[in-house]
Amino acid sequence: MQMLEGRLGWLLLFSVGLLFPLATGNDYHLTVMTTAYIYAIAAIGLNLITGYTGQFNLAHAGFMAIGAYTVGILTVDHQVPFWIAFALAGPVTAAFGIPLGWVSLRLKGHYFSIFTLCVGYILFLVIEKWEGLTHGTVGLIGIPAPSPMGPMTFDSPLSLYYLVFAFLCVGIWVMRRIVNSLLGRTFMAIRNGDELAEALGIRLARDKLLAFLISVLYAGWAGALYAGFIRFLGPGLADTHHTFDMTMYMLVGGLGTLLGPLFGSLIVSWITQYMQPLQEYRFVVFGPILILLVIFVPNGIVGSYLARQARKSSLTASRAVAGNSKSNEKREASDAQD
Amino acid sequence: MDILLQQVLNGLTLGGTYSLVALGLTLVYGILHVPNFAHGAFYMVGAFASHQLMVDWGLNYWVAMLGAACLVALLAALSERLVFHPLRNASGLHPMIAAIGLMLFLEAGAQALWGADFRRMSTPYGGVVDVFGATAPVQRLLIIGGAFTLMLALHLFLTRTISGMTIMATAQSREGASLMGIDATRVGMLTFAISGILAAMAATLYAPIGLVFPSMGNLMITKAFVIIILGGMGSVPGAIVGGLIIGFAEAFSAFYVSTDYKDIVAFALLVVILSLRPQGLFTRGGH
Repeated sequence: MQMLEGRLGWLLLFSVGLLFPLATGNDYHLTVMTTAYIYAIAAIGLNLITGYTGQFNLAHAGFMAIGAYTVGILTVDHQVPFWIAFALAGPVTAAFGIPLGWVSLRLKGHYFSIFTLCVGYILFLVIEKWEGLTHGTVGLIGIPAPSPMGPMTFDSPLSLYYLVFAFLCVGIWVMRRIVNSLLGRTFMAIRNGDELAEALGIRLARDKLLAFLISVLYAGWAGALYAGFIRFLGPGLADTHHTFDMTMYMLVGGLGTLLGPLFGSLIVSWITQYMQPLQEYRFVVFGPILILLVIFVPNGIVGSYLARQARKSSLTASRAVAGNSKSNEKREASDAQD
Repeated sequence: MDILLQQVLNGLTLGGTYSLVALGLTLVYGILHVPNFAHGAFYMVGAFASHQLMVDWGLNYWVAMLGAACLVALLAALSERLVFHPLRNASGLHPMIAAIGLMLFLEAGAQALWGADFRRMSTPYGGVVDVFGATAPVQRLLIIGGAFTLMLALHLFLTRTISGMTIMATAQSREGASLMGIDATRVGMLTFAISGILAAMAATLYAPIGLVFPSMGNLMITKAFVIIILGGMGSVPGAIVGGLIIGFAEAFSAFYVSTDYKDIVAFALLVVILSLRPQGLFTRGGH
């Protein structure tokens, strides 16, 4: 078990992802997996602001939609090459994210969540109503697939799987660097207590905004991948239900853990696939599951595992301490006899 | 002048309904400090319940309203017991997620039971009367009258009865109320039941001039949140004033600007106001 947490664990996880297409000969499974990866990227971003920094952002799906629509509008209506549009998706999302984040992060706790819920709703309504720009409820049809990069083409489900997988790996690697750095600790300090963090010399407004910005960048690029992969966009992508979906991924896997959102996204996506006939009504099952999870397993899978590990190691540590003190007592006793 | 009066009537209709929904939300927030995202779903269940009772089973409008109120009150009290009570000591994030889970469950459940179609609920009071030169459908007057009667009833309940005063006391200080021998669990369930009654009655009043469908609660709950943020979360008069402000803003902008964007007005108003005054309009001190 110990070995799974080191470099070996990452290698194992990476090779499972790499070899997954060999294990299944089925395009359908590849598509399910690729979609799950795309949502995992967005959920990893959401986890930074919600799980690590403690600000529950309910507009996340809106930012994903901004990234997706950037690619869609540029490629379909303005014939911009896919990768240029893809690269622009990040800056455009950031251009929306910075002012919106600046305004909403002035509010704390519940107020922030409710405010972002409203922001998400505005984004959804604007996308739905501004037909001149977004084609309204008709949606954007015929987004081109990612154009070839050198010898690599992205027209089969297999190549798209690897493309998204590559972005997922980069996304996780960058997030790992962030959360293990001083910056990550800063974010966690903010989560654990605004005032204490401020007293420690953390510039709250700036660092919260930074977490928000990184988080929406993940959402924007996940949306851009979504546009290139699904190749059709409707205003439904900005629906708050998608934010709730991502929240569920995060919670199932573990809030504020690196791999939680990925595992959650994979598990929930596959369960959803097996409940295909229930698609419309999946929340009849997932709603109560979400509530039970919050009540009984609030740390999610990864979080519970880490907590168990921590308990175990503290137990062995205390045993070792107890053992030491016992042998000390013995020695003292024998000293006294001498 | 007629046109202005017409808009005032529309504003009162919308504002009255919004205030009723926001009142339930603000009461629950005052007691539990949980933004109850499922409150919009209570509103939706209320509309479907009265639709079922009145249209499908042929009951009287007022009987249907009473039935829906009882059902939603039960549902709300039950959800307090099963969902929010176990989480009363959890961190801020978890009760919010649980509320979202409850909301998604109720919405999907309503869709499974009643289908995703838009339904109409015709009113037994279809007439039109003339009010100082403006034409007013009787149902709209009914909404205004009903909403303000309910607000008055709530006010009397909260200030004149022991049960009502236990709610106010718990909202002021949970520990203090417990020390006085007030059962916080009972107050929690009572508050949820009242919020359910208000939501169901608002839904039954408003349903004849709107549509009934599973996601009808979403827009309502977001607007109700806007209202209680404007009015100060937990404040009863704030919810009423905030509801009227949003109602009037929507009615006038639907007429003078565009009906397409009237739903955005509430949110735009919130963004503008909170950008200038992060603490809300009627509250002193920050949050």
